[in-house]
Amino acid sequence: MLKFIKGNLEIIDGVEIYPIISLLIFFIFFVALFWWVVTARKDYIEEVSSLPFENNQN
Amino acid sequence: MEVEQFYYDNKIVKKFTIATLIWGIVGMTVGLLLAFMFLFPNLTDGISWLSFGRLRPLHTNAVIFAFVGNAIFAGVYYSSQRLLKARMFSDLLSNFNFWGWQAIIIGAAITLPLGYTSSKEYAELEWPFDIAIALVWVAFGANLIGTILKRRQRHLYVAIWFYLATFVTVAVLHIFNNLEIPVSALKSYSVYSGVQDALVQWWYGHNAVAFFLTTPFLGLMYYFVPKAANRPVYSYRLSIVHFWSLIFIYIWAGPHHLLYTALPDWAQNLGVAFSVMLLFPSWGGMINGLLTLRGAWDKVRVDPVLKFMVVAITGYGMATFEGPMLSLKNVNAIAHFSDWIIAHVHVGALAWNGFLTFGMVYWMVPRLFKTKLWSIKLANVHFWIGTLGIILYALPMYVAGFVQASMWKQFNPDGTLTYGNFLETVAEIIPMYWMRAIGGSLYIVGAFVLLYNIIQTVRHGNTVEDELAEAAPLEKVTNKRVSGEGYHTWLERRPVKLTIYATIAILIGGMVQIIPSLMVDEYVPVISSVKPYTPLELEGRDLYIREGCVSCHSQMIRPFRSEVERYGEYSKAGEYVYDYPFLWGSKRTGPDLMRVGAKYSDNWHLNHMYDPQSTSSGSIMPSYKWLVTSELDKSDTEAKMRALVTLGVPYTDEEIARAQEWMLEQGTQIEKNLYSDPDFVTTYEADKKYALENDMEFVDMRNREIVALIAYLQRLGTDIKVKDNITAVQKD
Repeated sequence: MLKFIKGNLEIIDGVEIYPIISLLIFFIFFVALFWWVVTARKDYIEEVSSLPFENNQN
Repeated sequence: MEVEQFYYDNKIVKKFTIATLIWGIVGMTVGLLLAFMFLFPNLTDGISWLSFGRLRPLHTNAVIFAFVGNAIFAGVYYSSQRLLKARMFSDLLSNFNFWGWQAIIIGAAITLPLGYTSSKEYAELEWPFDIAIALVWVAFGANLIGTILKRRQRHLYVAIWFYLATFVTVAVLHIFNNLEIPVSALKSYSVYSGVQDALVQWWYGHNAVAFFLTTPFLGLMYYFVPKAANRPVYSYRLSIVHFWSLIFIYIWAGPHHLLYTALPDWAQNLGVAFSVMLLFPSWGGMINGLLTLRGAWDKVRVDPVLKFMVVAITGYGMATFEGPMLSLKNVNAIAHFSDWIIAHVHVGALAWNGFLTFGMVYWMVPRLFKTKLWSIKLANVHFWIGTLGIILYALPMYVAGFVQASMWKQFNPDGTLTYGNFLETVAEIIPMYWMRAIGGSLYIVGAFVLLYNIIQTVRHGNTVEDELAEAAPLEKVTNKRVSGEGYHTWLERRPVKLTIYATIAILIGGMVQIIPSLMVDEYVPVISSVKPYTPLELEGRDLYIREGCVSCHSQMIRPFRSEVERYGEYSKAGEYVYDYPFLWGSKRTGPDLMRVGAKYSDNWHLNHMYDPQSTSSGSIMPSYKWLVTSELDKSDTEAKMRALVTLGVPYTDEEIARAQEWMLEQGTQIEKNLYSDPDFVTTYEADKKYALENDMEFVDMRNREIVALIAYLQRLGTDIKVKDNITAVQKD
């Protein structure tokens, strides 16, 4: 029954590039994410994290 | 800058809160009824619209979309207005959202028990409802985005990002999973078949959990936990990481629902890898929620709101630890199809969604009605019986899952299955089903305590009024980044850009998984002996869908020695090419049916459907008497075949033209087979005689529903047994 099993993606032309692109997307995504977070200014962080409290009459 | 006055819309929040409580109790009660059906399978004997298969989707839909859905809207409408310092964009849209959603729920409560279902889990509603859901959902999104655009608060708090991501992703998932060809007003076929349908369905199913049960509730957590604890979130930086990594990674993990199935390995492995990664953002969020209570744990002792929230976040942590573990193939091999999964989802539903909703309601209702909670004591009572209920529900289901999976896989030294009769493995876990029913009962009693407490609070409170607030309008600033402004800081004041980026983040994963499966023609190796269903088998399959057989029976034999020994040759992707929709199932309360074809006689099936306990002593399957007596509706058969032709099923014009004749031929053959049983002949002839004597209408057996179902069941899994005709298409 093994003839029903095959590498479904191997037949796509230039498929080798897919994993490389995927890895790059991932790497860049998380590097950029942590860059934003680490460089965020402290006073800004404090201001935003207190947003739920600026309106305390409820 | 002059301060503007405006009113927060509290009335819409009140409406959604009431709907949450009512539908919560309805959805849980249906669940409890189902739990008792495991113990008393004939509890609703003979009543088709109260049978297990039809009520199961009602339970899941009611809890997910009615209970949790209304809770999401209540919380989002309350917190968004305050976080954005603006009334909701449009009262009309708010009310359309409310009444439209309730109308859909009522429509679901009517059509699902009547058997109108597309059978795709958590997307069972038929196509007119799918369109209605899309409209109401877009109204909700337009209302939310409109409010964001007219806000008086420059920065968008993290809760708002979660709401935005929820809106965008659910819209994308809902539309792509529900692409279907209508046949009649309440019947359609999925445009995908077999493996593709399974992949799209579980991309949807998994992300319905992610973006309906998780991201909106994380937004609620980021608003209501700080409010209840009266201190800001532990780390706002962590919440940024939490948000982006969660929505980016979540969308890839869907195939972990299809491990060891006929889905290609690369897709399975991709799902596993991302599921394991998902642990990190999930636990980051859990830690962020729990640590918000740092220095305030003394309050948790006295405040029931915080108690509920702590258990909710803990439940989130447990479920999101368990999720990645269940995604490992070796663990999944044990847990999949078993009650372990039932335990897993109920930790999520009862603890995370249920308890966070309860905490939110206890916090919000006294504020809406300008009073105090009527009884803190009762809220504490609710907390403890609810918690006990969760434990009593989940623990026995874990044990049941382990026990049953171990029994399924147990071999004798001579190589035969120790528990060859599936029923032995069911009988063994009945005590666990009892404990589950007791745990579920406790949880519902808790919900009633909540309802009573809230009614009393409302009675002692004031009428809900729109609340006056004031804030300065936003000053115009440049769209560009100002000096010293960080990139993300800038992005947060650009809501449309933020939405677009979030959409891109969720689309990447979906595209990588789905597009190859739809683009590559040779994705599924062709098995030439696999042929389309005959018209009668097709009608039988639609009955199988109508009755929700898929709730308890899988059609997917995994390539394990124990499963091949029990059920037969393992399933191949090519066997499902004409399955619109796929019916692999996700739970085996009963045995797999992939290769049930030709295993039993036609008479056995008839007797089994009429009275399952007569053929299988101790069976907990309910009887399906109405299938045996009702006439098969053949009026749409040609339309169904033509709809399937448009999707690529090779029915010829001649075949469609002689569909009625063909059905009659096959039905007559089955009727003839049934005559081989003298008991059948006696009963059937007596019925016929009685009907004739009393001038009653009599439906010949060949035209009854049961015959179509037998035709379908006898066909299942037999195609690859056709010898000397198997060729796999080889690609050069």
